[in-house]
This record gives sequence, C-alpha cells and structure tokens, in this order.
Amino acid sequence: MIFATNVNKRFGKLKALDNVSFTCNKGQTISLIGPNGSGKTTIIKCLLGMVVPDSGFITFNDRNIIHDWKYRRHIGYMPQTGRFPDNMTIAQVFDMMKDIRREDTATFDEDLATAFQLNRIMDKRMRTLSGGTRQKVSAALAFLFNPDVLILDEPTAGLDPVSSEMLKDKIRKEKQKGKLILITSHILSELDDMVSEVIYLQEGKLLFHKSLDQLKKDTGEEKLVRAIARIMQANK
Amino acid sequence: MNKIIKYVILDILRNRIVLAYTVFLLAISLSVFNLEDTAGKGMLSLLNIVLIVLPLVSIIFSTIYVYNSTEFIELLLSQPLQRKRLVLSIFIGLTVSLLLAFLVGAGLPILFYSGSQAGLVLMATGMGLTIIFVALALLGSMITRDKAKGIGLAILLWFYFSLIYDGIVLFILFQFSDYPLEKISIVLGSLNPIDLGRIVVLLKMDISAMMGYTGAVFREFFGGTGGSLYACLIMLMWIFVPLWLAVRKFNRKDW
Repeated sequence: MIFATNVNKRFGKLKALDNVSFTCNKGQTISLIGPNGSGKTTIIKCLLGMVVPDSGFITFNDRNIIHDWKYRRHIGYMPQTGRFPDNMTIAQVFDMMKDIRREDTATFDEDLATAFQLNRIMDKRMRTLSGGTRQKVSAALAFLFNPDVLILDEPTAGLDPVSSEMLKDKIRKEKQKGKLILITSHILSELDDMVSEVIYLQEGKLLFHKSLDQLKKDTGEEKLVRAIARIMQANK
Repeated sequence: MNKIIKYVILDILRNRIVLAYTVFLLAISLSVFNLEDTAGKGMLSLLNIVLIVLPLVSIIFSTIYVYNSTEFIELLLSQPLQRKRLVLSIFIGLTVSLLLAFLVGAGLPILFYSGSQAGLVLMATGMGLTIIFVALALLGSMITRDKAKGIGLAILLWFYFSLIYDGIVLFILFQFSDYPLEKISIVLGSLNPIDLGRIVVLLKMDISAMMGYTGAVFREFFGGTGGSLYACLIMLMWIFVPLWLAVRKFNRKDW
C-alpha cells in the first residue's frame, strides 16, 4: 500500500532521513520507534507530503505522491501537537474539515467526538483549549472520515488516562476492520497488544523492520519494552 | 478551492482590521474631497495618500496574516488539497478582501465626486497596487520562517518602493543631468509599480504640463493606447512574477 524507497532528507547540516526504505500493507499496525530526533515525525510528514524529500520516492497505492494529492483522502492524520487556527471554534473546525472532505466520505465516524464529549464545548475557540483538549480534537478529526490509513504521531501524549484508554480502544477497533495504522509512541507498554510490526529508527537510519513476534524471538524478550531496551543498549 | 477562499475571507472579516481600514479610507477620501474646492485638487491629495497608505497596509497586513495562518496551512496540508490551490486561495482571499476595502473606502467617493477618466485610472492603479503588494507580501513570507524577520522584510520593501527608490532615481537624474535621460526615466518609472502608478494617474490630470520636458516625453509615451497597454502589462508582471515565485517556494516548503 505504501512504499518508501531510499528516502533522504536533510535539514541544513542535520541528516534527518538517511536512505530510508520500507513497505506498509493493509491490515498491518506498524509502530515507529526510535530515540528523540531519530526521524519518526519526518517520515510521517514525508508520507503526508508536508515535508518534501530531497531524493527517493514514496508511492501510495502505486502512485508517486509527489504529483498526487488526492491520495490524502485515504489518510487520517493526528499530529504530535494539534495546531489549529486560533480564532475558530471547535464546531467551525469540524465543519470546515467536513466541507473540504465531503466528496470522499459518505458517513462520518463521530465515535471519538462523542466519547470525548466534544459536543459540550463545540463553541469554544481553539486558542482557549488546553493541550489535552486539542489532542482530543485532532484525534476525533483523524478518525472522522473513516480513512483506510491512520497515521498517529504520539496519540496518547497529553491525554488523561481515561481518554487515552478510549483512544486506544478506538485504535484497536479500527485495527479489527483491517486498516493500516502507523503509530509512534514512547510509551512502549501501550503498544504491546496493538502493533503487529515494528520499524526502528536511529539517527535517520532505518535499523530494522520486523514483525513483533520475530522481534520477540530475536531478542528473547516477552515484552516490547524490554526488547527495545535491549536493542538500544546494543546500539550504544 | 472556492471553499478555502471562503474560509480565508471569513477569517479576515472576523478580525476587524480590514473593516477599520475601509472606514479609514472612507474618512480620508470624504474629507479630502470636501476640504478641497475642486474635485481635481481632491484627487491629487487622494493620489498621494493612496500611493503611500495602500501599499503599506496591503503588504504589512498580508504578511502578518500569512504568518498567523501557519496553523491553518498546516492543518489543511494534511488534507486532500493541492498545495498550489491552498496558497492561491490564501492569495485570492487576501486580495479580494483588501480590494473590497479599497473599492468601498476610496472607490465609491472617487466615483461620486469625480467620475472622470482620471478617477477611473486612480481606481485601477489602487487596485493594481493592492494586488501587487499582496503578492510581494506572500513572497516575503515564503522566504523567511521567522515572523519578525518577515515583517521587517515587508517594511523594508515598502520603504524601498515608496522612498528609497525615488531617492536613487533623483540621484541618477541629478548626476547625469547633462545627458538626455528621458528614455531612461521611462524605464526607471516602470521598475517601480508605485512610480508607474503615479505617472499614469498624473498624466490623466491636467497638471502634467507642470512636469516640464520629461512630462512631455511621458505624455507622448504613456498618453496613447500603446502606453496604457504597456503600463497595464508592467503592472501585471509585477503581480505575476512575485506570485509565481511565491507559489514555487510554497510548493517546496517543509512544514
């Protein structure tokens, strides 16, 4: 479904992505793991076309994304920090997004908006919202259009435990429907029962892309946390 | 694309700067026409105000608006929209709202008090300058990420076009006053949209006789249909070159 081939990206002197190649298919739940600054968010932004790679190419359903923009109708994206126009209300943001993506969605999936009880604060302006509430809005927006691919960048960071559980339940539910889910998180324990594959990045390089079972077998650990800890130490 | 333009215009109308700008222009135009005893004199005063205020407001407001829409742009970039359309929508939204402000604030009084050819040319010039300076603002805000730098660049551009450039031209004209400079002064005039606008409007008024020999050359060059066409073409170039560069920059920008 998504092919990335030899993607390179430099930000000034910093090499953010160094010859990264990987494949993602429908039905997989892939976790991007790596230390801070290892290029996880850059990869995600490349997939979305928000960052343009210096070289290499990415295809989505066999179409190069450089000359295509329609592929984004299949993607729901939840950024690391939800940034919204300050003087729009939540309702206006939702209406605008629905307006923009009206053609490609028949029904809206408002499960999360309901679960987070966003309808009670619909007329609040975005600048007055707390960080957690903003996260709830971006999560609700990512799932709103029932997309085939979900890209979640640190989805539970900043959410309270109850909301975080609600979101994880929702992710599991979407996984059951056979969607491709890409997720980054530093809280590895919560990924354990969710992900099927792991992509490990370090200093912009892709170290490995394995299934979770394979990873556990290779490291001899039962938990993802310990498996990753072992790898991080081995690479020091 | 229309949807985005709609949201941009709604957003601009919601912060009341453009409304204040309209009222300000309206107050100035009305007072200028009522203070002077002939409409011609009123036009002349209005011309000077339009040439200073219009570019300043257009470039500063647009620059700040583009920087403040970073969140809006980021939000929409991850949606199924074409980058080019997104940036063009912002450009069109800004242009339409500022043009509306100008047409209501200065256009209506001009039509009411002096609906002559000079009045129409002044309106066209004002509209052209508004679009040009929105395009320049867009380009400026694509060049630098830093808001303070971007606004500084916008002020500098305005300074250059309304003051520094004239200083340079005067310097050249005085230094080389022994040589025939009439043709060169036409070229120099077209290199600055504000100067070009001033020349074109002044030629439609009766006072161009006071501009001496150069005025006569200008009259001969810009007076005919060919000259008007040339002026229009230069103005269009001043719109499309910065706009094209800005779209190119935007297409390759990382967010």
